[in-house]
Amino acid sequence: MSTRIDAELVRHIGKLSRIELTDEEVSAFARQLGDVLEAFGKLQELDTQNVEPMAHAVELANVLADDAPRPSLTTEEALANAPDRVENFFRVPKVIGGGA
Amino acid sequence: MSEILDLTAAELAAAVAAGEIAAVDATRAYLDAISARDRDIRAYNETYPDEALARAKRIDADRVAGKNIGPLGGVPVALKDNLCTTHGRTTCASKYLADFRAPYTATAVAKLEAAGAVVLGKTNMDEFAMGSSTENSGLHATKNPWDVGRVPGGSSGGSAAAVAGRLCAAALGSDTGGSIRQPAAFCGVVGCKPTYGRVSRYGLVAFGSSLDQIGPLTRDVKDAALLTQIIAGGDPADSTCLGDSVPDYLASLDQPIPNLRIGLPREFFPNNNEALRPDVRAAIEKAIEAYKAMGAEIVEVSLPHSRIDVGDDGAISSFAVSAYYIVCTAECSSNLARFDSVHYGHRTKQPVEDIVTLYSRSRAESLGQEVKRRIMLGTYALSSGYYDAYYNKALKVRRLIANDFKAAFGKCDVILCPTTPTPAFRLGEKTANPIEMYMADIYTISLNLAGLPGLSLPVGLSDENLPIGMQLIGPVLCEENLFRAAAMYERARPAQWLPPCAN
Repeated sequence: MSTRIDAELVRHIGKLSRIELTDEEVSAFARQLGDVLEAFGKLQELDTQNVEPMAHAVELANVLADDAPRPSLTTEEALANAPDRVENFFRVPKVIGGGA
Repeated sequence: MSEILDLTAAELAAAVAAGEIAAVDATRAYLDAISARDRDIRAYNETYPDEALARAKRIDADRVAGKNIGPLGGVPVALKDNLCTTHGRTTCASKYLADFRAPYTATAVAKLEAAGAVVLGKTNMDEFAMGSSTENSGLHATKNPWDVGRVPGGSSGGSAAAVAGRLCAAALGSDTGGSIRQPAAFCGVVGCKPTYGRVSRYGLVAFGSSLDQIGPLTRDVKDAALLTQIIAGGDPADSTCLGDSVPDYLASLDQPIPNLRIGLPREFFPNNNEALRPDVRAAIEKAIEAYKAMGAEIVEVSLPHSRIDVGDDGAISSFAVSAYYIVCTAECSSNLARFDSVHYGHRTKQPVEDIVTLYSRSRAESLGQEVKRRIMLGTYALSSGYYDAYYNKALKVRRLIANDFKAAFGKCDVILCPTTPTPAFRLGEKTANPIEMYMADIYTISLNLAGLPGLSLPVGLSDENLPIGMQLIGPVLCEENLFRAAAMYERARPAQWLPPCAN
């Protein structure tokens, strides 16, 4: 498997990850991500054609709970750590019609 | 006061319950030790002296009034800083959460407090538990109490250093790929990662949700059994938490396991000094001899998909480490997406016009390099076109690794191996090379993939007088056997090693 990671791809991954990157970070991550992906490539040595993927360590199915109301955070508790709030809302820059 | 610091959690709890030591005196002894010595070790991110003393006072009053003060009544403990508490901050050692105050308390912490424990403070860690040395902390580095030029391991390095340095009687950590067992080995203490789902993860800040597990770091095996007993059990707030009843671990602890069969995975004893240092191997072999002398049967087992490979260039690689880092980075990229600088956490002070820039700049300013690296790796591994090659492939290898363990446990009761390939390394030694750092968890990582319980306990000292850890692994929900097997060794062990700073 090709594991070549160039600056353009690092910038693309950074965008998907919602992390702004400096030029220094782009070149450092291009090298480091390439190295790690090469190490990941080791798994291709194994034949896994008839193996079922295992997403959970101890597999449980259908853990059900009663659909009953119970106490949860108050509005004040939920907003207590907000970096910016107005009344009972989290404030963010304009979303609709904005740059993104 | 120094006698208080030398007691195990169980001994201290008994002394407090008997009225021989006041909870207030025990708490003050630890707070004094922290004031005197933590400036060198830096195990703690934050301490709560006033709250701790007030709580200890209440426990003393309850005892005098004849009330039950609980199995940990008056015992001062430390909590890894990724466990949510409504008092103080929960930072995950990240600048992103530097001022975060959790609106609720983790179930494991609530259970510990209900058992009478006195929380001294929150301990340092690799940011969001990503690392093996605690050098990735966004706040400061923690030093190993045995040698302040060395790392305490990680990511629960603060908890391990606090237990080893006599800065708490016991601590909680979390383990995603070895983050309890590896620092326990580096600091010469006992560390237990229970079966996945044995302990509720409610209130543990999520990193790799299918791998994370809370567990204790303690002075001895009995304390590890005692704390696990207290924090284990079902929890409606965590649907992955197992409802199976918790056995009485302490009741059987002193009974040796008759005809104990110990499996040695041949892949975990590689003939390579980088993959397993000779003094570490020698200490483990000595422990195996001790078990033989107690009548244990030693059987060879095989874990082919956890094997350690050494390339022609000397580079170490492992299927388990590769599979693990795909799974954990994938889960991390998804879990850490919640850090959006809108609901809580760091927000950039720069004026931004749109919300995507707000997210991206706030995250860029406040997350460390390793965290960024892992979010990006996971995002890439899950991205369209690569999902099958990386994530799905890793999940298949995960199944192969788990199947290897199942087959091995057909032949033995517990598996024995080193916890780490080397003793504690020097600060700065591995920070430039992420892969080298990832290999520090080569013996611990496959248990998290398979969900198995594992325990590390000290078995000797290295050539440079650093602790060496041995790992015992059991089948799912067989913690009881792990504690019993570990206690057998502990009773036969020649001496109790204490870090130099303890005296």
